[in-house]
Amino acid sequence: MEFFQSLLGPFWPVVWTLVKIVAIVAPLLLGVAYVTYAERKVIGYMQVRIGPNRVGPLGLLQPIADGLKLMMKEIIIPSGANKKLFLLAPVLCMAPALIAWAVIPFTPELVLANIDASLLFIMAITSMGVYGVVLAGWASNSKYPFLGAMRSAAQIVSYEIAMGFALVGVLMAAQSLNLVEIVKAQQGASFFSWYWLPLFPLFLVYMISSVAEINRAPFDVAEGESEIVGFHAEYSGMAFAVFFLAEYANMILVATLSSLLFLGGWLPLFDFAPFTWIPGFFWLIAKICFVLFLFLWFRATFPRYRYDQIMRLGWKVFIPVTLVWLLFIGGMMQTPLGYLFH
Amino acid sequence: MNLETMIFYFFAAILLFAAARVVTARNPVHSALFLVLAFFTAAALWVTLEAEFLAITLVLVYVGAVMVLFLFVVMMLDINYDLLREGFWSNFPLALTVAVLMAAEMTLVLAGRNFWANGNGGAPNVHGPGYSNIKELGRQIYTEYVYPFEIASIILLVAIVAAIALTLRHRKDTKYQDPAAQIAVRRNDRLRIIPVQPDNKLRPQAADATPSAEQQS
Repeated sequence: MEFFQSLLGPFWPVVWTLVKIVAIVAPLLLGVAYVTYAERKVIGYMQVRIGPNRVGPLGLLQPIADGLKLMMKEIIIPSGANKKLFLLAPVLCMAPALIAWAVIPFTPELVLANIDASLLFIMAITSMGVYGVVLAGWASNSKYPFLGAMRSAAQIVSYEIAMGFALVGVLMAAQSLNLVEIVKAQQGASFFSWYWLPLFPLFLVYMISSVAEINRAPFDVAEGESEIVGFHAEYSGMAFAVFFLAEYANMILVATLSSLLFLGGWLPLFDFAPFTWIPGFFWLIAKICFVLFLFLWFRATFPRYRYDQIMRLGWKVFIPVTLVWLLFIGGMMQTPLGYLFH
Repeated sequence: MNLETMIFYFFAAILLFAAARVVTARNPVHSALFLVLAFFTAAALWVTLEAEFLAITLVLVYVGAVMVLFLFVVMMLDINYDLLREGFWSNFPLALTVAVLMAAEMTLVLAGRNFWANGNGGAPNVHGPGYSNIKELGRQIYTEYVYPFEIASIILLVAIVAAIALTLRHRKDTKYQDPAAQIAVRRNDRLRIIPVQPDNKLRPQAADATPSAEQQS
């Protein structure tokens, strides 16, 4: 390493950061590919089917085959479309889902940028994902994608508010915006000290609104494969696939966030011997997988919400619930029982 | 030229380009998007000024919320571009006056003695790694400036209420469901079980006894 350091001189920090970025993004993209596989397998078994099993052993090469197929396909650009924005939209969808990983801690030490306001940073970056959706609809220059874009943009913007309020509860309890500090504040004897218990209503609101935020079933009115025309109706080939990759990358991101904020991140289930032997990194991965499994389970279980019901749930149920619970936490922190909420 | 200066010039160049394109772009959607880019690069510049909380808030509020609504409105308008450009030269003298005035004011502020008071040539004081911008801001807002802050928030609240009150119209012909009524429904309100004897086929009067569509709704 010293050799490279002397070789590159002043460019060493830049190169080293790029190496670290690749070390995060490459496994993430692999994870994205295999979440699609896991989704088909899990839902397959839930519906008493087998799921993909033709390509490779147990169908394990299926995501790679799918990727190759999509890359071979032609990207059709409608003649009336705004070409630059049409191609920019999938990028704008994907980029925020990847940028947010810059501040995600995997263990107390393993984090690309341990900045002070990491939670706020994530909220700011993920709020930009909606541009991809809006632009995809507009640049297609076709009325159905445009209506679809309006529909999902309104949904994303609405649920962002409830999600933001749920995060405010977490930072009130942890008294920090730093994700490492938030996980450390959940340290305790067992999983009862994690924030899912004292902030239970916020945990529920966060879980449900993150499903709505990433346009997953039962809130998937954005695409709804066969029934509804969504914002990406004019896209084909890899440009279309990037929207789906963005959806799965966002899934992994919100699963990671809910593990860090409510499920104790890298903390073990119980703070004694057999559990503490497993390194924290694997605990975090296990929790992320658990939350991802929940997302797949939701999709196999619940029927799709109607659009007006989605809006009603977001504005008239979740936002009041979070506001009341924030007031409650703030009040309780001033009482002798306040230690329960720290 | 060190790394920080290079970063500054990089972002400053993008910012100026984006800001210029906001006013020169022919398509209003492109203008709005260049404004987004301008906000984003301005936030990046604020980060280099150690104002990370304000920078992130700029992205969160302006890029993530305000500009999305802007874009919504601009996209749905059917704008005639030529009509927009018609009065350009007649309005030009007024616009020029405003621009010159603003440039003069900014020059006065930047040339003023207070702006350079900390002796760093306009750069902020450098703080250690443990310094929290957000804590400092919170302390200032909720102690020293608590009354201005509360007054500002009340003004904003009144503005929200007023905006909603102005635009809220109850339409008579809207169809909507009352979720409370839906939940309160019991089986007996909607369903009637008619015993059918297996040996004894449904007679016409039995068919009449099935609940009609009117009762079902």
